[in-house]
Amino acid sequence: MSNIKYIIGSFGDPDELMHGIDKLQENNISIYDVYTPMPIHGIEAKLGVKRSRLDVAAFFFGITGTITMLTGVYLATVVDWPLNIGGKTHFALPDFIPITFELTILFCAFGLVGSYYASTHLFPGRAPRVMDLRATNDRFVIAVDAKENADHAKIDELLKGAGALEVKYNERKYISYE
Amino acid sequence: MGTHHYNLAEQFEFTGKVRNLSIIGIVIGLAAIGYGFASGASERTFANLLLMAYYFACVCMSAAFFLAVQFVAQAGWSASILRVPQAMARTLPFAVIILLLVIGLGLYSHNLYHHWHAEGLIDPNSPNYDNLIAGKSVFLNVPFFMTRQVVFLGIYSIFAYSVAKWSYNEDLNGGLESYRKSFKNSCIFLVIYGFTTPIFAFDTIMSLEAHWFSTMFGWYNFAAMWVSSLAAIAVILILLRKAGYMSWVNNSHLHNLGQLIFGFSIFWTYVWFAQFLLIYYANMSEETVYFYKRFESYEFWFYLNLAMNFLAPLLLLMDRDNKRSEKMLLFVSIVVLCGHWVDYYQMIMPGIFEHGTKDGSGFGIIEVGVALGFLGLFTFTVLNALSKKALAPKNHPFLQESLHHHL
Repeated sequence: MSNIKYIIGSFGDPDELMHGIDKLQENNISIYDVYTPMPIHGIEAKLGVKRSRLDVAAFFFGITGTITMLTGVYLATVVDWPLNIGGKTHFALPDFIPITFELTILFCAFGLVGSYYASTHLFPGRAPRVMDLRATNDRFVIAVDAKENADHAKIDELLKGAGALEVKYNERKYISYE
Repeated sequence: MGTHHYNLAEQFEFTGKVRNLSIIGIVIGLAAIGYGFASGASERTFANLLLMAYYFACVCMSAAFFLAVQFVAQAGWSASILRVPQAMARTLPFAVIILLLVIGLGLYSHNLYHHWHAEGLIDPNSPNYDNLIAGKSVFLNVPFFMTRQVVFLGIYSIFAYSVAKWSYNEDLNGGLESYRKSFKNSCIFLVIYGFTTPIFAFDTIMSLEAHWFSTMFGWYNFAAMWVSSLAAIAVILILLRKAGYMSWVNNSHLHNLGQLIFGFSIFWTYVWFAQFLLIYYANMSEETVYFYKRFESYEFWFYLNLAMNFLAPLLLLMDRDNKRSEKMLLFVSIVVLCGHWVDYYQMIMPGIFEHGTKDGSGFGIIEVGVALGFLGLFTFTVLNALSKKALAPKNHPFLQESLHHHL
């Protein structure tokens, strides 16, 4: 019994999963995480998931792109090689708005892909690790930390009562796809 | 999902303070027009009338465009708020009559469009002969110009009137017949609207300065009228909700409208800037004259335009919580609505009044009064149309989806 790390409740229906979350929360059983093959409306609020900080990262990646481009343009057109083009000032800002915009987006997109991989521990060549293989296919899964919540029989009963098709006791946290 | 008990048959009662205020607005407008003509500033009064009549018609016809977009996209989220754009679409025929009156009277009294419609402009023997205008006279002549106006605005009005009528019929008869009819005609309308609004904008606004032309101008106007219509819909919805109507409108509906206002404000800026950038880059004198006039005597308005229509929505609506906040969305929508008044002011006034003349435009009683007058007229006619029918289209096939809308 003591080797069990996570209890996995596997549901076939998103509404039953939501019901299961309610039941567990009513009984003060902390939920480690929930895995679903599709987004479910309102689940973040119910689980109290903190808002993603990806937008903050996006801002800083974007502003880096803006500064990089404007600096590059300034160095090229003012410092290094000033040219008189149509009598405009050397640093003719409107001309370089489109390219600055492009570089902002480029930095932002690349930066976000990198942040996403870093935060989800994904990178090329690594086998993804999941807690239940069918959570990416047709099952809606609630994972409960077995060490923190001692009353396993009750968890089992609550999950099954809410409509879980299967309750697993995993001794390892992750199953690899390998 | 809990069961909701909304009163879908509730109707807006157009009485009391709002009604009185809108009538006061109309009276102020009439007084301002009277003052304008009495003080001899007939050209300036006509310019303001054109500005506001154009704004009024554009907001209403973009509401018809909104309806068409929702039908063609088979959008579900908006089903429960459609009565507001429908009321605006229902007002379009009235707005069109006013716009046609202003254009017609302005044209024949030589207060508007005298740049291409004046004695001897296309007569090679006349001292007034203008080579460029003569070259454009195949397109820019009074009969063809008025025909285009009547045909385009007529088509928009007929669609706007019918698309609202089908929805009212749906309330009575149920079934999918009205929806299918709306879908089919919306597809046709969008094609017509897409090709004709640029020409409508060229005619009504760009031809005030007939020497200058820009192919971006049509889309620039389209973006302006579309975003101001979205803002008007948001304002009406929020105020109705505050007054206790349409309790089914939730933050997710506001979020969607906020996204549209945010997105199309950026689109407006993109077109506005693209028009400026091409002219700035090419630096050809026949094109730069447009911005020369605006920088010379309207510089404040020029930058105010950008601040109100780009910076305000960009900075204030970027955040998700702000889009969902009633207060913030209301504030930004009002800023955008005022901003597009400034935008149209920028388009119209420098073209009519030569810089440095005594009869030049300004910002005074006529501007404020005419704007208030049309605001009152818009409020009165739209709310009057809204009060005629139930506030929810109860037989709309996507109504339940809209009532449960959640982002």
